Amino acid sequence: MGVEIRVEGLVMTYGDVRAVDDVSFTVAPGEFFGLLGPNGAGKTTTLEMIEGLRRPQSGTVRIGEHEPWRREPELQRRMGVQLQSSSFFERLTAREQLDTFGALYGVAPGRTAEMLEQVGLVDKADVRTEDLSGGQKQRLSIACALIHDPEVVFLDEPTAALDPQARRNLWDVLRSINDSGRTVVLTTHHMDEAEVLCDRVAIMDAGRILELDTPAALVRGLDAPVRISLAPGTLPVSDARALAGDDPVTDDDSGTTITTRDPSRVLTALARRDALDGLSVKGASLEDVFLELTGREYRA
Amino acid sequence: MRAFRSLARAMLKGFFRDKMAFFFAVIFPLMFLVLFGGIFTDQGASRSDVIQIGAVSVLDDAPRAVRAALDESLDVTRSSDEQDALEQVRKGDADAVIRQDGDRLVVRYSQADQVQAATVRGTFEAIVQSANLAETGQVPRFSLTTDQVEDDSLKSIQYYTPGLMGWAIASGATFGAATNLVVWRRNGLLRRLRLAPIPTRSVVLARVAVSIAIAIVQAAIFVGVGVALFGLRLTGSWPMIVPLLVCGTLAFMAIGLLAGAVARSEEAAVGIANFVVLPMAFLSGSFFPLDGAPGYVTAISKVLPLKHLNDGMLDTMVRGEGPSSAVVPMLILLGFAVVVTAVASRLFRWDD
Ligand SMILES: Nc1ncnc2c1ncn2[C@@H]1O[C@H](COP(=O)(O)OP(=O)(O)OP(=O)(O)O)[C@@H](O)[C@H]1O
Ligand SMILES: [Mg+2]
Repeated sequence: MGVEIRVEGLVMTYGDVRAVDDVSFTVAPGEFFGLLGPNGAGKTTTLEMIEGLRRPQSGTVRIGEHEPWRREPELQRRMGVQLQSSSFFERLTAREQLDTFGALYGVAPGRTAEMLEQVGLVDKADVRTEDLSGGQKQRLSIACALIHDPEVVFLDEPTAALDPQARRNLWDVLRSINDSGRTVVLTTHHMDEAEVLCDRVAIMDAGRILELDTPAALVRGLDAPVRISLAPGTLPVSDARALAGDDPVTDDDSGTTITTRDPSRVLTALARRDALDGLSVKGASLEDVFLELTGREYRA
Repeated sequence: MRAFRSLARAMLKGFFRDKMAFFFAVIFPLMFLVLFGGIFTDQGASRSDVIQIGAVSVLDDAPRAVRAALDESLDVTRSSDEQDALEQVRKGDADAVIRQDGDRLVVRYSQADQVQAATVRGTFEAIVQSANLAETGQVPRFSLTTDQVEDDSLKSIQYYTPGLMGWAIASGATFGAATNLVVWRRNGLLRRLRLAPIPTRSVVLARVAVSIAIAIVQAAIFVGVGVALFGLRLTGSWPMIVPLLVCGTLAFMAIGLLAGAVARSEEAAVGIANFVVLPMAFLSGSFFPLDGAPGYVTAISKVLPLKHLNDGMLDTMVRGEGPSSAVVPMLILLGFAVVVTAVASRLFRWDD
């Protein structure tokens, strides 16, 4: 159990576009690894080279001792993949899809019921995939990726179409997989998700990795001020300004907000005045790190 | 092996649950068989309806053996109302009215249906001739034996069943392979299967097995309907249609794979397949015989795989040729399959 993934100097160009431009990283056995980045950053392309769907134009990928593009069955049996777009056999029911994928991996038929249970599709077992909702399809696609209990799992935006309940349930599923020592690599646009699930994340843009660390370290590295908000009228604005000193203060219908790099001083002062109604304290999040690194403009 | 079986099962289910695909592969060609069978049934082999007025000694007194032979070609009903009988002939409900005036046999027919008119005249001339001969008491010196070169019942259905069946198999295999390839490439299933620990061979073989199974179902339905409803009569080496349709399926799948490799969308794949299969069916004599066609048409037909499949089917199913007559068509079909598959695999892409 537990497979290491080593990626070194990966490059993939499509015409003039350097989709992946010298990407290197290592995923430790049993690690939960996240690839983040705006649309077109090169996440899918990177994953596809790691999975063995594309042969890198230069650079190497190793999963354990294997080079994935060689498509060795020993490796493929240990690897579970969910591609960015769900792909199923036409006109088969959810159960039949799982049975078929199970058979391809030599799995005992009993696994189908287990997987349907795990992704909450027991009620939809006999519905054809064409008639499933987007999120249900996605859950089925994840179930198909996990049917053979793989040691290393690649998921390309697994929660993109999921409702909040399904998203939390999937988190539980992925966490339990990871807790049993399996390596998980996923891409996502949900920063909260990456923060909750991933041991380490790589933030990519324009084919390059900009930062790679634990979510906590990345947030800390941002050294961003903390936003302390109070319910409207809790503290007169003049008092707030006095209390904040040089830190900026905003006051509007939703309340008074002090943005500070010294939250302990501000909070102690507020507590001393017993002005804590509707208090909320927001530190920087991974999302702030992401926006700071990749900018706030639209990407192609 | 389990991978092969489950893939084949998945593809078969996908096919039989696709009502449109099933319709076009089985029902649609069958409609043509029913249509052609209905239009061309029993041309020339039918009996003439003759209405007899009063006593006619050449018929009434004919020995039983002669009478039985006559019944093969004449369907005689008796009537006493000559006016009504003639009216029936005029309207085409009956073919002739016969009456005996002393020693004169009077046959009245309508010239509207010339084939029937000739048949009736010929038949009664023969009856009168032989009655005269019998009257002289002479033993006839010459006798005539006729024998058709085809099976003794080469009705149109004998021709149309193999031809339409060939067309059905050709379209089934071509469209199946073409759309399967395009759809799986577009929805990413090809890539997904590529990541599964199975050889590419299993996927290809599963598709081949499914196409052959579909072709066998098509053939069984065609032959079944032909025999049951239209009096199709199979000749000795008809089981050779199985190896023939296996080779045919491979050849047409190759065309389908080529169409699927070139096409970017399912619609384009279907369009290309149609563009190839329909003219090929006409030029291969699936819909009508090419006997009267100009030389260049026959020359083109020689390079078309369907022509050879049709020839092999005709020879073994209805012309009574031995099993060996299927060998050359089979070899040609296999050669075609190899060449076209080689081209298709050069153009093959796993993804768009
Ligand atoms: N088959 C292809 N042909 C040409 N260009 C491609 C191809 N696949 C991807 N690209 C380009 O490569 C770049 C990276 O694409 P990729 O799919 O890896 O992005 P991504 O990070 O997964 O984006 P998203 O978040 O939208 O899924 C993009 O600019 C894209 O247009
Ligand atoms: Mg992507």
